[in-house]
Amino acid sequence: MNGLSQSEYETICARLGRTPNEIELGLFALNWSEHCSYKTSKRFLKLLPTTGRRVVQGPGENAGVIELENEWCVAFKVESHNHPSAVEPFNGAATGVGGIIRDILSMGARPIALLDSLRFGELTPQPPSQAPSPLCSPLPRRGEGLGVRVGEHSPPRTGERSRALFLGVVAGISHYGNCVGVPTVGGDIYFEDAYTDNCLVNVMCVGLVKRSELKRAIAAGVGNKILVVGAATGRDGIHGATFASEDLVGETEERRPNVQVGDPFTAKSLIEATLEVCRFPELIGLQDLGAGGLSTAPAEMAARGGVGIALDIEEVPLRDPTMTPYEILLSESQERMVLCVKAGSEQKFLNIFRKWGLEAAVIGEVIAERVYRIRHEGRTIAEVPIELLVGGVPQTPVDQASPGPYIFAGHWPAKANSPDEVWWPERLKALLRSPTIASKRWVWEQYDHTVQTNTVIGPGAHDAALLRVKGERFGIALTMGGNGRYCQLDPYEGGMRAVCEAVHNLVSVGAEPLGITDCLNFANPTDPEVLWSFEQVIRGMAQAAQTFELPFVSGNVSFYNQSERRKIYPTPIVGMVGLLRDLERRVPMGFQREGDLIYLVGKLSGAVGGSEFLKVFYNFIGGELEKTDLALEVALTKALLEAARRGLIASAHDVSDGGLLVALAEKSFAKGLGARVEIEDLSEEYLFGEWPTRFVVTVHPEHDREFRELLGSLPHRRLGTVGGSGLELGGRSVPIEELYRIYESALPESLR
Amino acid sequence: MRAAVVVFPGSNCDHDTYYVLKELVGVETDLLWYRQTQLDRYDLIVLPGGFSYGDYLRAGAIARFAPVVQALPEYIEKQRGIVLGICNGFQILTEAGLLPGALTKNLTRSHLTRSLSASGEGQGEVEGQGEVRFICKTVKLRVENNATPLTQLLSYGQIIELPIAHGEGRYVAPKDIIERLKRNRQILLTYYGENPNGSMENIAAIMNETGTVFGMMPHPERNSEKLLGTGDGLKIFQALVTSCQLSV
Repeated sequence: MNGLSQSEYETICARLGRTPNEIELGLFALNWSEHCSYKTSKRFLKLLPTTGRRVVQGPGENAGVIELENEWCVAFKVESHNHPSAVEPFNGAATGVGGIIRDILSMGARPIALLDSLRFGELTPQPPSQAPSPLCSPLPRRGEGLGVRVGEHSPPRTGERSRALFLGVVAGISHYGNCVGVPTVGGDIYFEDAYTDNCLVNVMCVGLVKRSELKRAIAAGVGNKILVVGAATGRDGIHGATFASEDLVGETEERRPNVQVGDPFTAKSLIEATLEVCRFPELIGLQDLGAGGLSTAPAEMAARGGVGIALDIEEVPLRDPTMTPYEILLSESQERMVLCVKAGSEQKFLNIFRKWGLEAAVIGEVIAERVYRIRHEGRTIAEVPIELLVGGVPQTPVDQASPGPYIFAGHWPAKANSPDEVWWPERLKALLRSPTIASKRWVWEQYDHTVQTNTVIGPGAHDAALLRVKGERFGIALTMGGNGRYCQLDPYEGGMRAVCEAVHNLVSVGAEPLGITDCLNFANPTDPEVLWSFEQVIRGMAQAAQTFELPFVSGNVSFYNQSERRKIYPTPIVGMVGLLRDLERRVPMGFQREGDLIYLVGKLSGAVGGSEFLKVFYNFIGGELEKTDLALEVALTKALLEAARRGLIASAHDVSDGGLLVALAEKSFAKGLGARVEIEDLSEEYLFGEWPTRFVVTVHPEHDREFRELLGSLPHRRLGTVGGSGLELGGRSVPIEELYRIYESALPESLR
Repeated sequence: MRAAVVVFPGSNCDHDTYYVLKELVGVETDLLWYRQTQLDRYDLIVLPGGFSYGDYLRAGAIARFAPVVQALPEYIEKQRGIVLGICNGFQILTEAGLLPGALTKNLTRSHLTRSLSASGEGQGEVEGQGEVRFICKTVKLRVENNATPLTQLLSYGQIIELPIAHGEGRYVAPKDIIERLKRNRQILLTYYGENPNGSMENIAAIMNETGTVFGMMPHPERNSEKLLGTGDGLKIFQALVTSCQLSV
């Protein structure tokens, strides 16, 4: 089992002019895996914009880099660890954190923040729908959840597996992230049946570095030395990258040995030691050993430098001396880095790593011949051309098929039986109880989010996190997320929304969006419909990013997230970094003062398709998504940023999952301040629809005129006034305290 | 006046603490590698928070054998200066027997969350369930003794806010030790309104009998600026530095 196709094998034989030996085959299997080579996705990823004024490093290195101010740059990237987490949630998630941290470290940057987007199945088996049977009009061709009452065509939901995965993943992130000393400041969590078998664990890391101190993952200069540093190499994780390039089928238990084990203590020491040697001018380049281990990283460094590398495999520090060269090459042991340093300076580097109690050894050198040569006790045991190994993989032929009218104009049950005056509080409470919407405090209180003392706005407090840089006036705003359900219903629109929502989150705190990283989580790409949705999502994301003039500077693709029973929703996760020029101008999320005026700004009406409301109330996942108006998006976010800059906005919050009332409730929770809402329209669409491009902002009366002048013709509507201790609407009032209890206790209760 | 912040492999609040002492309080401060044993030049030695040696065996259990910790008894014996252990540093000090009691795994029977009411007292708490192994949140603390080098800039009974971030912060000690701590007024800060980790007597910070060794689970360095909260933590560092300067 090496994952190479017959035609790929034939290509290798033809290009080598011979048959590869077992070790060479192992090298190709990893370098040519989907995970490492992007052989299926590359042609689509080209659609994404990657350039911009502030881009210092676009895709191609271990992380993208954007310039902020005063020479300060942020390096950031998101990566998935889905397959390992579905098999061994604790270590799978823990090593996911470790892997992305080392990617940032490879740029010479100090990791300053982590965010994670997690997707699981439902925590509790869902009760049968209370609503009258929905009129499911034309069933989509392959039916998964699309317009089908959840559970009808899939096995019964088992909350047990999802709970176990959820608890394991959270514990793994907590274990690793806390110990390694990088604050976990944001992210999101959804619970949907589609993720029952394949949970998603996407981790984003952000690092800070001065522009002049940036490093690259490059090997250069014939005779220069190759070092491996960090942990000793063991047998863990062999074939991890090929494991991530297959469906998760059959006895996943057997896959446990494919999952690496994380050691955050060693990782922490590795961070400090690596940042120490980054000051040495003799450092040519560095890269972490991630997927593929020594079979991929040195070869990639050589490819970037246009050189070759010869490794003396017996020099690699081992946990078990009986390991074979093949095992050493394929090991994915964590907490290791490869360095290329000037010949003669090796000892200086070795000393620093040994001071930190880490392994460090010279394992090879740069050679002129552009080959990756593996030597064992002086004898060459494998040798392949770098160009063939890295980037030589033929693009996988693809087959796409649109599933026809994918956008499902499904009916949902007739409107709520004549909305009476008590109907909205019950529905709002039920939505706040939905684990996807409810407070995630239970999770993020287990993550250290205040270490490094830069967290100005942490998890759960706003749409985006906000960090300061010591000694500077500006702040860095961070967000990460994406709604897979939208993409399942309409992948193009869903892709656009993923980008727009991230923009909204940054704008809510008053920060200007600067750059994007993404993780594209999909099912098996040999399925024409999956590939079609992949392209649609990318086209939607590209369209939105181009309109906002935002570059994608790094990213990751995770395919094969499916089992015999389920495919995940097409799930693009967007991570975005923004700049707040003056921290004093940050905008809070919650209501601030009695008497402030509440406005809904943006698109003022829409439908309820694709909403959490339909799922919670009608057990129905479907409906048509409203189309995003990108021109309005740009005009609106620009105006709000200007208003924030002028200090006109008292609070701002993006209206997203759950719709308007959920957004109002969340704004109330910050200080326990209520709202008197004076709107006539009490329809399901208005109160719970999730149509795009909306914010709820509050404005102090003295700024009202200037604020409305600034908005000009942009659509906005006065919703009411901040005040009281309840949410008042249509003659009914619900105490904020009661809503807050529901919101805070829902997740812990669903774990009982 | 010179302060040292010890760096163990795995310390992760060393730079944060250094920043507060150096940049906010304005004291000459060194980062001190754990192999150092020459401590006499320092008036204040801080063992910072983090996960020394990964806390793999038990928090602080390995670090107590580090050369710098082995040198501490002599430093303390001759009353050369003040020692403060924050979070992991507190754990190391108890493991080394330089402070009484032990810090054990958090015991959180009910997961109590923040109250909405402005006073923050009692009402409005939400009760949930769950084995919480690690807790990161801002807690309220009551000043139980303000006549010490650590607390002299606070007032007796004052309520301050500091973040906690630990998995093993439940202070326990035999009854007679607790009694002695109370009698000698060695309990300096207690959790107020909510006991987040199950500590006996709500203990969050203590000192030794001579008032030269201090241990606290909350992180004053994480709330030493208004930008990050109330800024209450700065007073703790300023108080220590004032004491050191007076005795120099």
